[in-house]
Amino acid sequence: MEILIAIIVGTLTAGGIFLALKGRTFPVVIGLTLLAYAVNLFLFATGRLFINQATIIQDGITQYADPIPQALVLTAIVISFGMTAFVIVLSLKAYGEYKSDHVDCLEEEEK
Amino acid sequence: MNIATILPLLIPILAAIVTLFASKASLSQKRIASMLFMVMLISSTVYALYALSIQDYFVYTLGNWEAPFGIVLVLDKLSIILLITTALLSLGALWYSISAQYDVVGANFHPLFWLQIFGINGAFLTGDIFNLFVFFEILLLASYNLLLHGQGKGRTKAGLHYVIINLVGSTLFLFGIGILYGVFGTLNIADLSLKISQMSPNDVSLVASAGLLLLVVFGLKAAFFPLYLWLPSAYSKTSAPVATLFAIMTKVGLYSIIRVHGTLFGTNANELAFYYTPWVFWIGILTLIMGTFGVMSAKDLRTQVAYVVLVSVATLLVALGINSTGSINGALYYMVHSTLLAGGFFLVADMIANSRGTIGAVITKGPNFRYIISLGSLFFAFGIAVAGLPPLSGFIGKLMILQGAITYSMWGVAFTAILISSLLVVISLAKSGSQIFYDTNKERSDISYEITLHHFYPIFLLVSIAPLMVLFAHPITNFIELATNAFFDPTAYIEAVLGINLAKDIV
Repeated sequence: MEILIAIIVGTLTAGGIFLALKGRTFPVVIGLTLLAYAVNLFLFATGRLFINQATIIQDGITQYADPIPQALVLTAIVISFGMTAFVIVLSLKAYGEYKSDHVDCLEEEEK
Repeated sequence: MNIATILPLLIPILAAIVTLFASKASLSQKRIASMLFMVMLISSTVYALYALSIQDYFVYTLGNWEAPFGIVLVLDKLSIILLITTALLSLGALWYSISAQYDVVGANFHPLFWLQIFGINGAFLTGDIFNLFVFFEILLLASYNLLLHGQGKGRTKAGLHYVIINLVGSTLFLFGIGILYGVFGTLNIADLSLKISQMSPNDVSLVASAGLLLLVVFGLKAAFFPLYLWLPSAYSKTSAPVATLFAIMTKVGLYSIIRVHGTLFGTNANELAFYYTPWVFWIGILTLIMGTFGVMSAKDLRTQVAYVVLVSVATLLVALGINSTGSINGALYYMVHSTLLAGGFFLVADMIANSRGTIGAVITKGPNFRYIISLGSLFFAFGIAVAGLPPLSGFIGKLMILQGAITYSMWGVAFTAILISSLLVVISLAKSGSQIFYDTNKERSDISYEITLHHFYPIFLLVSIAPLMVLFAHPITNFIELATNAFFDPTAYIEAVLGINLAKDIV
């Protein structure tokens, strides 16, 4: 399971960085979203990967799932959700203002 | 628990809520409310300063959850220096935005302004690294909106770049935090510092990489090479009071380097003790070079001032990289000076741009305009202050940094870079000044821009900091030395936050 999670985080990060370096706002937004997914998964895994661990303190149980990373992920999801919404609106505004979806707001080249 | 710790957070958030929900209130009522809250904020920081003369650390446990399990706010000498600077700078920015009517060009200026201060003050007060991330996001979200506030040419493009690079930065921040939590199982800065001093040798490289990831994130906020490219366009395209407030934003990044890296990888960190300083030093030198080139090549006065901010950041990075008692003293002194003066400089540049009419702040031969003598004198005062010429405070700050650099192995590089950059900044500012104020056409600019005395008051407030910091240099440096001593010995910080006695509890 560790290897699977590691591969998923790595793939998401690589894809996210590749797309974030693109010249158009739409792939950049998708890239930022992928990066956010990657980091959420990564944060989740910092509490170690367990299956069927108790979450609430009970008698006779010594191993518990770590609740802190779950709280951190929840916070990170909310923040990245808000930020993504903001960057989408901003890209739309830039498109409306410059009639171009290029991140540098360049004029469309003649094809 | 002392209320002085939480007041600098409660007042801005209360102000934001009041100004947001008072949408029915008239403009003047909102302005009066905003100014009243500003007075309260300044009084609360003064009270906190007074409280710190009695006790070294004030720890406020939010929700009464003890550290390291809950989130704590920590008020100490380092954070109060930045809190007072923020309060003074935001007073200048708010005052100018009211007198120059910048708060009416778009909706909700006051709530956004206060949320920005809330985020900045929170970043200065928190003792928890994830909470630092949250406050970073608060101040960033407010700054995205303030940057775009009121529309303007090129503002959307600058905003898009700023938002995207900061989103990538936030992701890196979370990766850094994740690694630290994965290794140590704690997020409290003091507890992390304690655990790093006892860490097993297997974890050293992992923790070192997490520390450098965090350095990249803080460096992005502080705008160091090569992550500074967003700064000049963002600062020069936005409205003047917002640019003034943004002058503290780069210092949030620098403060985070001092606080997080200084505590985590400070004197207690064994082989990782101050391992980040060579990076900071060389990046600082590169930033200094690029910033100075920027000042020399700028075609617009506002861009030039933005690059002056970059030069001051670079000087501070060099001082942090040298990392001697003297250079940290100098850095803290210079940080206060450069924030307030660069902030005021944006206001002067804005008044010049508005007075000159269509030509704006472009550095070229232009029309004569009203108040050319007063604005020119102010430009002169700000110019010598930010360039670091005597008799104003920039000189003392740079002198202290250079004095601290003498014992450093690369002192030659530091001296050459800082002195040549100061010289080139002086020359460039003199050139822009002479082109704007001396090389003028006969006829007046026909712009009907009304300048009243109210425009000048906030600028006077900010420029008066420079002579005041010289007059009271002795008490200020005495206070700063206490903060520097705490920086080089984080034991007292750790003991205060965790409520333990290191010598007794851990042998």
